[in-house]
Amino acid sequence: MLTCKQASQLISQSLDHPLSWYELMQLRLHLMMCGACNRFRKQLNVLRVGLRKIRANVENDSAIQLPLDAKARIVEKVRSDQHAK
Amino acid sequence: MSNNVNDWLNDHGDYLYRFALARLKDTHQAEDAVQETMLAAIKNNSFEGDSSIRTWLTGILKHKIIDMQRKLIREQPVSDIIDLDASDESMDDFFDKTGHWLDKPQSFDMPDHALEQSQFLSVLDACMQKLPKKLKVIFMLRDVHEMENENICKELDITPTNAWVMLYRARMGLRKCLEMNWVKG
Repeated sequence: MLTCKQASQLISQSLDHPLSWYELMQLRLHLMMCGACNRFRKQLNVLRVGLRKIRANVENDSAIQLPLDAKARIVEKVRSDQHAK
Repeated sequence: MSNNVNDWLNDHGDYLYRFALARLKDTHQAEDAVQETMLAAIKNNSFEGDSSIRTWLTGILKHKIIDMQRKLIREQPVSDIIDLDASDESMDDFFDKTGHWLDKPQSFDMPDHALEQSQFLSVLDACMQKLPKKLKVIFMLRDVHEMENENICKELDITPTNAWVMLYRARMGLRKCLEMNWVKG
């Protein structure tokens, strides 16, 4: 039987690589009986969804624009780079 | 050629800037990333008609963002950003000797309500900023830049075991920070 510590490690690892069949079976068995680890798994999912959401909020915020002076700097940089050649 | 850059920036500059800002969280770095993208795009004009210009530029930008992370990593002593001692014992704060939770995880959900949700997300963001530096670097690579584990290990020159232990600790700390700081309205 997995301990909660081991189960929580497998839950985290499952976000990074597929677990082996054996690990998966052990984890499922543990999760069937352990509310705390189920909540932990859900917490990690919420973290993940939250991070994506934070990103999406910035990506979709049309109030955020490339500042005009930044744009001018970039155009100038590209121009001077090309002249250097 | 710089006419191209003008057009690209007019049509896609804001989008690229937001894309970079969402990941780098720093306006200067975001500007740099867009600039590097333009320089690279002009240099090897590898645009092919079967994708949109925006998709093409975003692809370049993604690489530039990862490049910037790589540089950031190289500029620091390894011992500053990687916790090679990361081991099982370091989790003693969370579990007792028999492997049971000391404090059982509480349930929290991402709120549906817009205001509550944005409060929740700012707590999450603040918690992420508070991660110890040694965990933050790898956590950002994996969960914010969504780099593959394999590439992360290559970049940081660490073993897969190191990587998962550090990611585990980062996530463990983060969800604990949320538990303590997220109070439902």
